[in-house]
Amino acid sequence: MLRMCCPWCGWRDELEFSYGGEAHVAYPANPAELDDAAWSEYIFFRDNTLGWFRERWAHTAGCRMWFNAIRHTVTNEFAAFYRPGDPVPEMPAEVAR
Amino acid sequence: MTQPMRLDSGGDIVRDKPLGISFDGRELEGFEGDTVASILVANSVRVCARSIYAGRPRGLMSSGPEEANVFVQVVSGAGEPMVRATEIEAYDGLVVESLASKGKLPELPDTSRYDKRFIHVETLIVGGGRSGQAVAAEAARAGDRVLIVHDRPTLARGEGGEALAGVEGLTILTRTTATGLHEHGYVVAVERRTDHLALPPATWSRQRLWNIRARQIVLATGAHERPIAFAGSDVPGVMLAASALDYVTRFGVKPGKRAVVFGCHDGAIDAARALAEAGVEIARVVDARQETTTDRVVVGTETAADGTLSAAIIRGPDGSMETVACDLLAVSGGWNPALQLYTHTGGRTRWSDEAAAFVPAAGPEQVRVVGRATGEFAAGLRPRALFCVEGHDSSPAEIFLDLQRDATLADLRRAVAAGMRSVEHVKRYTTISTAADQGRSSSVLTVGVLCQELGVPMTDGVTTTYRPPYTPISFALLAGRDYGQLADPERISSIHDWHVARGAVFEDVGQWKRPWYFPAFEAELLHDAVARECAAVRTSVGVMDASTLGKIELQGGDCGEFLDRVYTNLMSSLAVGKVRYGVMCGVDGMVLDDGTVARLTDDRWILTTTTGNAAKILDWLEEWLQTEWPELDVRCTSVTEHWATVAVVGPRSRQVVATVAPDLDVSQEAFGFMEWRDAMIGDCPARVMRISFSGELAYEVNVDAWHGQALWEAIYQAGQPYGITPYGTETMHVLRAEKGFPIVGQDTDGTVSPQDLGMGWIVSKKKPDFIGKRSYARSEAAREGRKQLVGLMPLDGSSRLVEGAQLVEAGVDLTRVPVPMVGHVTSAYDSVALGTPFALALLADGAGRHGEELQAVDKLTGIRVRVTSPVPHDPEGVRRDGD
Repeated sequence: MLRMCCPWCGWRDELEFSYGGEAHVAYPANPAELDDAAWSEYIFFRDNTLGWFRERWAHTAGCRMWFNAIRHTVTNEFAAFYRPGDPVPEMPAEVAR
Repeated sequence: MTQPMRLDSGGDIVRDKPLGISFDGRELEGFEGDTVASILVANSVRVCARSIYAGRPRGLMSSGPEEANVFVQVVSGAGEPMVRATEIEAYDGLVVESLASKGKLPELPDTSRYDKRFIHVETLIVGGGRSGQAVAAEAARAGDRVLIVHDRPTLARGEGGEALAGVEGLTILTRTTATGLHEHGYVVAVERRTDHLALPPATWSRQRLWNIRARQIVLATGAHERPIAFAGSDVPGVMLAASALDYVTRFGVKPGKRAVVFGCHDGAIDAARALAEAGVEIARVVDARQETTTDRVVVGTETAADGTLSAAIIRGPDGSMETVACDLLAVSGGWNPALQLYTHTGGRTRWSDEAAAFVPAAGPEQVRVVGRATGEFAAGLRPRALFCVEGHDSSPAEIFLDLQRDATLADLRRAVAAGMRSVEHVKRYTTISTAADQGRSSSVLTVGVLCQELGVPMTDGVTTTYRPPYTPISFALLAGRDYGQLADPERISSIHDWHVARGAVFEDVGQWKRPWYFPAFEAELLHDAVARECAAVRTSVGVMDASTLGKIELQGGDCGEFLDRVYTNLMSSLAVGKVRYGVMCGVDGMVLDDGTVARLTDDRWILTTTTGNAAKILDWLEEWLQTEWPELDVRCTSVTEHWATVAVVGPRSRQVVATVAPDLDVSQEAFGFMEWRDAMIGDCPARVMRISFSGELAYEVNVDAWHGQALWEAIYQAGQPYGITPYGTETMHVLRAEKGFPIVGQDTDGTVSPQDLGMGWIVSKKKPDFIGKRSYARSEAAREGRKQLVGLMPLDGSSRLVEGAQLVEAGVDLTRVPVPMVGHVTSAYDSVALGTPFALALLADGAGRHGEELQAVDKLTGIRVRVTSPVPHDPEGVRRDGD
């Protein structure tokens, strides 16, 4: 079970959170202007990263707030937790394991 | 004579506390401090099990957790299907039975208690041996909270055993095995609390699951001795050398009278010396290391009539063979550091030629390996890596690599001949290391033999992946007390007691208990009860508990704008006092949920969701508000539990509501369809809404949940002149299906758009955007063959259709596979109002196929059906304002 830090509540067990997929995939400003391919890209396509990954979590069993995290998809290490609208932290250098 | 192999002195046993156990019906004597295995050794029980496939006699090959041969069924006490004899502490009256590698589940339910605890520490030490104790003392003195888990009954004594004397801040759990090491310092451990007791206190839990969160994890897990495979190395009497010595030192028993010791490192020689000191006659020490000059190896065994070891066959450096009589063949092929936990979260090992072992290479930052688990001690033993010895006339089918799986060198060669090179493939092909011991003795051995067969160096070898749990955990322990009523929360409405008293039959809807139907008498069947309930609603009045509907209250100046973005239709234009039906879709345009929206004041709104979807929809709304539109002034609150909702449904509902709420003007002119009004019912304020999920005139009365039952009883009382009939979810489903109202999740499955449901009218053309809008312009939305909601009627007017039935074109031969399918039934009921069974279905291009004939396939029979509009009853909607 992962241990993660809600930017509002602090450190909690993974149990309290739910996963929200890749972060920073914004709803397009003008969906009507997108062609089918671009719209499908937004709806259906997400990165499947091996390594550091910016992703969304929600503190479902806590404050119900959404936040972002940078997690390594192989080791499950977290490099950062930050609120929506916060400056986006730099991606860590890949650590060879 | 009892205990013929017991030495006169030595061991940790309590000699003035004798006890008796039963093994396969034989009464055996031992002492407190013995294990089942040490009692078997003491009493010279040499054949203790049969192998799983070949049925070969097997005896103890170890004294600890690496045991692969002797598993027993514990019959006494709480029982246990399959446990290593080396790990069962004996008590007086213990009853065990031998096994052929497979346990039998007990027939009686386990009534023992299991519980869980959580603990947070700075330092966790796994393994209470010397190294573990030393690190624990150091960490505790530095101010850490320290936890030691140790799988034996007591911490190791002896040199350094006093390390912990006087140290504070320590928690020590004995009889506790760490079974899984997970990310971020999370470790799961199992504490066995009562299995060693003849009479466990009734209030004690049998086992306890420890959820440990540690900043630093120190693995002092030691090492397991590795066997050497040769023909007949599986016969009773062949034992790991350190285990043979362990029986002498821990239990004061001799595992044999006359021994041959076979090894390839200094430790084996030391073991031979210690066994000799304990009074075991050492017939030969076979050291396989001096390869060129005096290379001697054991290439086989001979057995007595009972299948136990009688001699070792030794091959000299010149090829000469010698047979040496013995009843113990103590073998040591070196040591495997116990790194299973280390690799659970991605720690990697590497082969060390110096240690002749896989040693830690790189692991998680929080994990430190100390003591024998590092493999450093093994390097000091000057080992030779020796895994398997094959004599000139040895049969590869008699050289066992995995004793518990009866897998041999012949099996491994077959895998290699079939083209397998990876140990992961060989493991799956041969089943090596997949038994209950998870390859503790066979895994590294197999890697070694595989590298030898492939002619590659060991440094190319990798061990198979170890996964939690390190030792088996029972489901009962994982469940703890979360079973039966505590397995999952049960949600009940405030009117639940009335339903129970009335004899309602319940169904589970998510976590909710909802009345399914109300039998009028004890033996009334579902079918009859539903027909009666439906008729009552269509002709007079029925009453249903709708409290479980999800309810979310929205507050803020931007609620209208927000609802316009999440519903497909326009909501912001809704006036205070009005209610509007709405559908929510995902960005892909497919239906997510439906419900009603009521505007309470300018900036207060309440919306309803499907019973099972309430939490999901709240999350959905929060997600958009927080991550996309934080500028909107909207706050969402779940109020599902705060309101009791009673639906009063049917042509006489107006009279009933007028009776309970005399101050409310219920006339059609004053209180129209899809409007809500405040009212007083007795002295209880209520919100009454004219919403219908049946097509009939209907009111949904909402009060504070505290007054739910009083409201229900008042309505029930007021309805008596009209024969008011309580009804459940089944009748609700029939009534809504007759009107073609889809249920999200039953008639839809995430691939169905509002247009597919025939509800294109609810999708706004005017709004610039809402969630899902862009998807309706995709070619996918316009393609032919989309499944669309239709009604179905059996041509014979009587055949009941089955939910899930596939739809097939008329005339298609159902025996010629594959049968082309064009849709499926989503809802099917008998209908009193229609006088026939009917169904809702999703049918390819169904909107244009009304009137056509199809087959609905039930098992292999095609029922002939006619496609109809999805609104078979009262399509004009004349009944919604009453008769």
